[in-house]
Amino acid sequence: MIYADNAATTKMSSAAIEAMLPYMSEVYGNPSSLYSFGQKAKEALEDARSRVAACIGCEAKEITFTSGGSEADNQAIITAARLGALKGKKHIISTAFEHHAVLHTLDKLKKEGFEVTLLDVHSDGLITPSQVLGNLREDTCLVTIMYANNEIGTIEPIKEIGEALKDKDVLFHTDAVQAAGHLKINVKEQNIDMLSLSAHKFHGPKGIGVLYARKGIKLENIISGGAQERGKRAGTENIPAIMGMAKALEDAVSGIEDNTPRITALRDRLIEGLDKIPYGELNGSRTQRLPSNVNFCFEGIEGESLLLLLDDKGICASSGSACTSGSLDPSHVLLAIGRPHEVAHGSLRLSLGEDTTEEDIDYIISAVTDVVTYLRNMSPFWRDLTEGKRQHVFAE
Amino acid sequence: MALYSEKVMDHFRNPRNVGVIEDADGIGEAGNPVCGDIMKIYLKIENDIITDVKFETFGCGSAIASSSMATELIKGKPIKEAMALTNKAVTEALDGLPAHKLHCSVLAEEAIRLALRDYFDKNNIPYDPKDYPDPSCESCCHTH
Repeated sequence: MIYADNAATTKMSSAAIEAMLPYMSEVYGNPSSLYSFGQKAKEALEDARSRVAACIGCEAKEITFTSGGSEADNQAIITAARLGALKGKKHIISTAFEHHAVLHTLDKLKKEGFEVTLLDVHSDGLITPSQVLGNLREDTCLVTIMYANNEIGTIEPIKEIGEALKDKDVLFHTDAVQAAGHLKINVKEQNIDMLSLSAHKFHGPKGIGVLYARKGIKLENIISGGAQERGKRAGTENIPAIMGMAKALEDAVSGIEDNTPRITALRDRLIEGLDKIPYGELNGSRTQRLPSNVNFCFEGIEGESLLLLLDDKGICASSGSACTSGSLDPSHVLLAIGRPHEVAHGSLRLSLGEDTTEEDIDYIISAVTDVVTYLRNMSPFWRDLTEGKRQHVFAE
Repeated sequence: MALYSEKVMDHFRNPRNVGVIEDADGIGEAGNPVCGDIMKIYLKIENDIITDVKFETFGCGSAIASSSMATELIKGKPIKEAMALTNKAVTEALDGLPAHKLHCSVLAEEAIRLALRDYFDKNNIPYDPKDYPDPSCESCCHTH
């Protein structure tokens, strides 16, 4: 099997698994307990917090452990909205191609009377700091822009946006779920006020994540109850998962320098290979993208059948077609960068990992080429395109 | 549980009757590219019997499987039986489809009826227009 869906989730590293085990079988005490056995777990928890903080350039007390990226996104946005409302500021800036954890939370706030400006995303999958500044208002309380897009892998100019907002009375949050562990992040240098990340995207366990919030930002509880996480996130801490995440993040961050050139070269080899398929096009900027992400649209075919046939050939991938999104419309990300519906249905995302080899890439190129050709040969849509009854969207 | 039944996967992996009939007696097309699925059915008809049928489909796994199964169900059958083919029969023959994929079987039913209407039109055979859907986005329940 070739696993090319690392943007969906990753295999846990054995180091991360090893780091978790003692906290299930030996040090299983509750960190809130008074006795030394519980306090041993508490020590581990605080040690993990410091190590995670070091990975993103913040202080330990600025780290809140959550159940994952979605919860962190929810809490960051709700926090900014509540703080904004106190000052009568009820305007939020975001982008049209955020993750649904952000977009659906913003929808909820809209119903509560907040105004949301979703910035148009350029066809290369990027937004600019001047777009952000151009939409900033007196009553803007939050700018939330993803660090790297989960579907097309484009990397947004986070540092420049942070710089532009530095002296403004507005909070800047970034959903860094796809970026953490893969790109160098320093929240202080980048002027980021809040940041979300999720462990299972960098070989850590599922169900655990982090919300970084700059000192002085009073977090709003999403989960009420006990006094864990300085009273900002109730529920007994998932110590094993936290230990696994800390180890995975440390390893991922220390591996960035070695892994980036190698995975980028594999990505570019894959892009070059798939580019040879006629009437297909890469989605998103070719250079401003995650080292692991390849995303193409192919005319005349539908993504789900492409995925099923690739699965038969042992390749795990994903698509933004309506049939795979579980809704009737294709991916909002592809629509946001201006892909028409009929092209967005034929999308394919391949996300590479540290284990991907050159042989894997060559096999994927040949398998995708074969399956696209096969599906086009039975597609009346493709026939219409080749016979000139419908217009091509892409150049050959 | 897998997304699709064994039968759906079999018809998806090894679709029956894929292709084109150059001198078809009736051709029908349902769906559109914006919705992400199009089915085209080609019929050869002799003495009120469907002697040959081929299909081309742009769409997901269940769309391809539904087309394949629908062609199997009408091949060699009298026109009357093909007219009576329902999406329910196609779905049942496939051992079921996930709820959000049922419209794929509706497309198959529509494409066959439209191919039959094309045959009637070409041969001046009278029919009740109410029996035939418009070749539009009938089974597609969303708007763009």
